[in-house]
Amino acid sequence: MSSEEKEIKEADLFKKVEEFLQVFKKGEEFTHELLKENERLRFKIVKLEEDLRSNKKQGDNSQIKLLKDTIAQLEDEKNYMVNKFKEVESENKDFAARYVEVEEENNNLANLYVASYQLHSTLDIHEVLKIVVEIIINLIGAEKFALMILDEDVNELVAAASEGVDKSEIPNVKIGKGVVGNVAKTGESYFEKDMGVKRDELNEPLVCIPLKIKEHVIGVLVIYSLLIQKKGFNRVDYELFSMLAGHAATAIFSSRLYSQSERKLSTIQGFIELLSGKPKPK
Amino acid sequence: MSSYNFLVVDDSPTMRQLITFALKRIHNSQVTEANDGVDALKKLSGNKFSLILLDINMPLMDGLKLLSILRGNPSYNDVPIIIITTEGADVDREKALKLGANAYVTKPIQTNELLKVVKEFLKINE
Repeated sequence: MSSEEKEIKEADLFKKVEEFLQVFKKGEEFTHELLKENERLRFKIVKLEEDLRSNKKQGDNSQIKLLKDTIAQLEDEKNYMVNKFKEVESENKDFAARYVEVEEENNNLANLYVASYQLHSTLDIHEVLKIVVEIIINLIGAEKFALMILDEDVNELVAAASEGVDKSEIPNVKIGKGVVGNVAKTGESYFEKDMGVKRDELNEPLVCIPLKIKEHVIGVLVIYSLLIQKKGFNRVDYELFSMLAGHAATAIFSSRLYSQSERKLSTIQGFIELLSGKPKPK
Repeated sequence: MSSYNFLVVDDSPTMRQLITFALKRIHNSQVTEANDGVDALKKLSGNKFSLILLDINMPLMDGLKLLSILRGNPSYNDVPIIIITTEGADVDREKALKLGANAYVTKPIQTNELLKVVKEFLKINE
């Protein structure tokens, strides 16, 4: 082989080595690129996995938050309902108490209305006294009592009606003497403080109510004892006493005036008949 | 709607008026008043009453006598009778209940309490 051929052969070989090196270099570059891509993808997978985990966590949190919000809302609603219920309950109690009050007031007014209606339903003194007695028994619940009327001629209180004790047993009372006389003098009501104490009933009454027309005392209602079931006085009793003090006095006074005027009228008519000589036609 | 016919027997006009006043608060109620047992018997004849309110101490015929007459008569056997009286002793109460009274109320009465008792017997829910 000539040197020229040898050179050509070497050149070919060199060229092939060169080509192989280039192919190898390209292969190396490709491998690098693959490794790089692999690295990038692995990183991406890790990131995606992290994102996925974080999203899941966030999802759970938002659901919990939603549930918590609902619970809070329900809690608020429950508190509102409880408060409203308490409000309604207290209103209810208030209404019930007011209903009882109104019923009591109604009862009191009925008693007062009936008593005053009956007192002014007649001008007959005996009937008026009977009605006063009825009111004291039935509406107040007194067992033993007397209605003392002032006899202005002797300035003494005289029993005009009584219950539970005979009128004849009740002594006349001088104005200003004893509890009853003092009530007539001052015009102030008297109420025994200790009702349970044993007393000399006729001299130590439970209650004395002056019967007054304005400031003028015309008599005294004296209560010695109450019915067994009546343990004390309540509001309506005091109202009845106060009503009796005025209305019974007026009713008694006007019926007495009426009977006096009736008597005077018949006397005058008798005189006229006597003077004219004409008897009244029967 | 039911109507109620009451008979109030008491010699006191004040009590009759007060009880009538209370009973009139019941819708469709009619009240007849009698001033003693004899008057009550007259008013009972030919009339049907839903309930009778009866005093004990009355002239001519007292409440207990009238009560025993009514309980002995089949026509009035089932009519509720409420005694309203000043007699507060237990012995009086027992006597009246034994004779056939349905309830025993002592004076002085609270009209609202009396109405409650009346409504209970007539099963009125107002």
